[in-house]
Amino acid sequence: MAVVSEVPVEAGLEVLAPAKPWHAVAIDLTRRYPLGTGGAVIVVVMIVLAVFADVLSPYDPEENAFEFMLTPPGYQFWMGTDQFGRDILTRLVYGARTALFVGFSCAFIGAFTGLVLGVASAYFGGRFDLIFQRVMDVFMAFPLIIMALAVVSIFGTGTQNVIIAITIPFIPRCARVVRSSALAIREIPYVDAARACGFSDARIILRHMVPNVMAPFLIMISAFVGQAILLEASLSYLGLGVQEPTPAWGLMLQGGAEEYAESAPWVAIFPGIAISLAVFGFNLFGDALRDALDPKLRAQ
Amino acid sequence: MYKYIVKRVLLMIPTLIGAAVLVFFILRLIPGDVCELRLAGSGLYADPAEIELCRTNLGLNDPIPVQFADFVWGFFILDLGDSMWTGKPITFEIGLRFQLSLQVAFMATFVAVLISIPLGTISAIKQDTWIDYVVRIFSIAGIAIPSFWLGIMIILGLLILTQKFLGEPWMPPIEYVSPLEDPLGNMAQLIWPSVATGYRYSAVATRMTRSALLEVLREDYIRTARAKGLLEKVIINRHALKNSLLPVVTVIGIEFAFLMGGLVVTEQVFNLNGLGKLFVESVLNNDYTMTQALVMIVVAVFVFTNFVVDLFYAWLDPRIRYG
Repeated sequence: MAVVSEVPVEAGLEVLAPAKPWHAVAIDLTRRYPLGTGGAVIVVVMIVLAVFADVLSPYDPEENAFEFMLTPPGYQFWMGTDQFGRDILTRLVYGARTALFVGFSCAFIGAFTGLVLGVASAYFGGRFDLIFQRVMDVFMAFPLIIMALAVVSIFGTGTQNVIIAITIPFIPRCARVVRSSALAIREIPYVDAARACGFSDARIILRHMVPNVMAPFLIMISAFVGQAILLEASLSYLGLGVQEPTPAWGLMLQGGAEEYAESAPWVAIFPGIAISLAVFGFNLFGDALRDALDPKLRAQ
Repeated sequence: MYKYIVKRVLLMIPTLIGAAVLVFFILRLIPGDVCELRLAGSGLYADPAEIELCRTNLGLNDPIPVQFADFVWGFFILDLGDSMWTGKPITFEIGLRFQLSLQVAFMATFVAVLISIPLGTISAIKQDTWIDYVVRIFSIAGIAIPSFWLGIMIILGLLILTQKFLGEPWMPPIEYVSPLEDPLGNMAQLIWPSVATGYRYSAVATRMTRSALLEVLREDYIRTARAKGLLEKVIINRHALKNSLLPVVTVIGIEFAFLMGGLVVTEQVFNLNGLGKLFVESVLNNDYTMTQALVMIVVAVFVFTNFVVDLFYAWLDPRIRYG
C-alpha cells in the first residue's frame, strides 16, 4: 500500500484531465501503431471511394462502349479499359462497394452468430457443449469450395448467395475462439451471482458474458473483413460469385484478364492491386487492434 | 495420455459422420442429374428409358436411406466404388492427380519454411525497428495478395521476360511429367504454382514465428541465459527458437492439410490437372460418388492432421498433459 502513496498525485489526475484534441490523439496513435494507422488510412480511403463512386467517376461501370475496347492507360482512361470498353478505374471504384458490402456483411453476420453460439456453448457446458463442438468441427473441416459450389448450385449465383457461402465457415471459427474466452469468464463469481439473482440464461449470456469477450470478438471481426474480401474475389474469379455486369474485383480478373494478359496487361494488373491493397489495409488495422486489445502481445 | 488418444480418436467418428450426412444431403439438393448430363450432354436428345436404366444401374433409384447406407458402408470398408461420371474406380481417378497435388503441397511447404523461419526470427529479434516493419509488411502482403492473381502475374512476367531475352514467349508446360522421369520438365511446370502458394503460406508462418518468439523471449529462462553470459546466437538458436516452434508447427500442419484438399484456384490459373480441378468437375457433373469420396478424404485428412498436431504439442512441450 505504501507504494501507492509514493505516486505523484498528478499521475492519477491525468486520467481525469479533459480529453485531448482529436489531432493529438491521432498523432499519438500514429506514433504507437504506425502500421495500424497506415491500414486505417487505406480502409477510410476505400470507404470514401465506395460511398462517392457516382460523384468521382464520369463513366458508367456497367455499360459497354466497344469503340474504346482495350484502350491502354492514358489521359482519358487512367487505368485503361477492359474488353467491353468499360473504364477500369470506374469499375474498381464501384467494385469497392461490392467488396465492402460483402466483406462487412459476412464479417458481422458470421462473427455475431459465432459470438452468441460460442458463449452459449461455454455457458451451458456439458452435453450441449460437446454436441455443439462436434457440429462446429464438421463445418470447420468441410471444404469451403464445396460449400460455395453447393450454395451457388442450389440458390443460384449472386451477391447474397456469395455472402451465405462465405459466412457459413466464419461462424465456427469465431465460435471456437469466443468459447475458449467465455469458458474462463464462466468461472468468475459474478456469473454465479447473476444466476443467484434469478436472471434468465439469455440475460446472463447477452448482458453479462458477451460484453466480456469483446476483445477476441473485435479481433475476429477485423480479420474476417479482409478474409471475406479475398474469398469473394476468389469465388468470383472461379465464376461462382458475383455475376456480370456488377463490378467486382475478382470478376474483373476472370475471363478477359488472362486472355488479354499479354496484349493488355492493365486489365489483369489493376484489379489485383485493388484486392491486395484492400485486404492489406484491413489486416494492418486488425493487427494493430489485436496488439492494442491483447495485453499479452503489447511491447514492453 | 493413452486415455486422451482413445478419446480423441472416438471424437473423430461423430465429425466424420456429420460430414458424411452434410455432403450426402447437400449433393442431393443440387439440381441436375449425372445420367442426363452423361447421355444428353450439351443439349442432345436422350431417351428417357435409357436415362432411367442408367439411374437404376448407378443406384440412384434406390431409396435415400439405402443410398446413404451404401455410401457410409463403402467408406467404412475403404471401398470408394466407381465414379458415376467416368465409370472408372475412384481410387484410379484420384491416383492420377494425387501425385501432382502432393508434390505442389510439399514444394509450397518447403518454400514457406525456407522463407518464414529466418524472416520471423529476424523480425522478432529486431522488434519495432525498420527491419521488423519491412518483414511485417512483406508477410501481411502475402496474406493480402490473392494467390491466383500472383499466379497470373507470374505467368505474365514469364511471358514478357522470355519474350525480351529469348526472343520468343515461353510458358510452363501443361502436361504433367513425373519428377523421376524428367526432373527439369517437372520443375518447370510446378515451381511457379509452388512459389505462388508458398508465399501466402510463408506469410502465415512468418507471423506465427514472430509472435511465438516474442513471447518466449520474455520468459525468465531467457533472462537467465543472458545473465549466464551466453552468446545471443546460442540463446536464440538453442533456447528461444526451439521453444517457440510449437505454434509454427501447428500452422504448418494445418495449412498442409488445406493444401492437400486441393488448390482449386491456383490449379485453375496454372491449368493443372490436380485434385482441386477434379473436385469442381465432379460437383458440376453431379458425380455424387466422386464428390462424396473427395469430401470425406479432405475432412479425414483435416481431422487427422489436427489430431497429430495436438499429439505433437504434447510430445514437444512436457508441460502439456492431456487428461
